Amino acid sequence: MREVAIVGVGMTPFGELWNDSLRGMFAQAASAAMADAGADHLDGLYVGNMAGGQFVGQEHLGPLMASQIGMAGIPATRVESACASGGAALRMAFIEVASGMSDLVMAAGVEKMNDGADVTEILATAADQELECYHGATFPALYALIARAHMATYGTTEEEMSWVSVKNHRHGAKNPKAQFPREVTLEQVMASSKVAEPLRLLHCSPVSDGAAAMLLCPLDQAGRYTDRPVKILGTGLATASLSLADRKSPAILDAVKDSAVRAYKMAGVGPTDIQVAEVHDCFAIAEICCIEALGLVEQGKGGAAARDGMTALGGKVPVNTSGGLKSKGHPVGATGIAQAIEIVEQLRGESGDRQVKDAEIGLAQNMGGSGASSVVHILGRV
Amino acid sequence: MPSPRYWRAIPSRLRLEAVRCRSCENVVYPSRRICPHCHGTEWDPAELSRTGEVVTSTIVHIAPDDFAMEAPYVLALIETPEGARLMLQVTDCDPEDIGPGTAVNLEFRRIRAEGNSGILCYGFKAVPAG
Ligand SMILES: [Zn+2]
Repeated sequence: MREVAIVGVGMTPFGELWNDSLRGMFAQAASAAMADAGADHLDGLYVGNMAGGQFVGQEHLGPLMASQIGMAGIPATRVESACASGGAALRMAFIEVASGMSDLVMAAGVEKMNDGADVTEILATAADQELECYHGATFPALYALIARAHMATYGTTEEEMSWVSVKNHRHGAKNPKAQFPREVTLEQVMASSKVAEPLRLLHCSPVSDGAAAMLLCPLDQAGRYTDRPVKILGTGLATASLSLADRKSPAILDAVKDSAVRAYKMAGVGPTDIQVAEVHDCFAIAEICCIEALGLVEQGKGGAAARDGMTALGGKVPVNTSGGLKSKGHPVGATGIAQAIEIVEQLRGESGDRQVKDAEIGLAQNMGGSGASSVVHILGRV
Repeated sequence: MPSPRYWRAIPSRLRLEAVRCRSCENVVYPSRRICPHCHGTEWDPAELSRTGEVVTSTIVHIAPDDFAMEAPYVLALIETPEGARLMLQVTDCDPEDIGPGTAVNLEFRRIRAEGNSGILCYGFKAVPAG
């Protein structure tokens, strides 16, 4: 297997982008990534997208998007793993370059959620239609069931969950691409309206439009495109049952743990080597469960981490320096790529006010459904 | 949505029919071809009790359109004495009273009228016992 580097990145701002279409956002992010690498060709394209067919009635995104950037004819495929589609697309691009099949491959993600469709119902298609949605389950409800189980098992509190939102908005306030680049107080979070108890509005990521793209090539060719390549040290993908009823404990996200173990093993590093991480905080409780499953904190101790500042900028292991899904926004198919871009920029030392000093190894974790898919990538400065 | 998908679910959804794996004896609901515990493929029929206990629950305030009139409602993961778990609404209760360990009976109820066509959907809901 060849060593693989990320040599160019680009993304749109995240938000309610009424003036931009699905294809337009993709072209904007992809062009920025091509320009960043100074590349004029592609050998392949993977487009992460959860539900273009439902949100805007558009499927078959591989050829559509390739032609939008003047690359009609190249191998191009859409990758779908619900909200982990972006991370899954990155993994496919990595495998294609590592295998020697192609030399310059784009991994992208895009989602247009604000175009009039019933977002709650579409997102719920990533849960079990027959066993969960039939009875009135929504995504906030599934994570609320996980939260209540975590509270009952480990004593996690609503206040601890609220600190996750406060911390991520504090980070996002420093990110010009964030959908909600402003701080919120603990009181505001805890007084926001109830969505699915114990989750309140400010525990939930927003509905967003956006796109993100990156270019991968063999490490020994990276010098053609950049003098700051970032190496992909490890990748891990794991799945769990779609339905919460089929899991041993609803408080534990096994797929996150399994994907992390695989990525750590491949990278030859462990949780204590991670200096900065982007994790999938679609809901505040998800960040708590994920940092536990990733081994960044002890199992059951995730709740205290945000409150104690351990996962804040300046803390032991800053988590979601971009603002996370909560503040930066969560255009579902684009999220996994945008997370990896934040880590790339951290390792290149380009994160400005959000910079984690001397970061050399970082991790991005992207999740689909109520934790049924999880993708972890570990990146390293070269 | 066409209705054949509701006929197919009648045994599990309307009669709570499950299966017991002949090799590991776990009860699996709803039935499937391959046992998730031991990969066994031989099954005996098993019917779930109409009782159970709440494993974890939530009160849903923001509901999908078809359930908007019901909100706020309790959604819970219920475990039956056979060890099967189902996600069901808990009804006829003060939502605040429901939590891990709440004992429930399972009762046949109308779940919703689906979408514009208004197909009536039936199934089970949990009701606090006693
Ligand atoms: Zn079995």
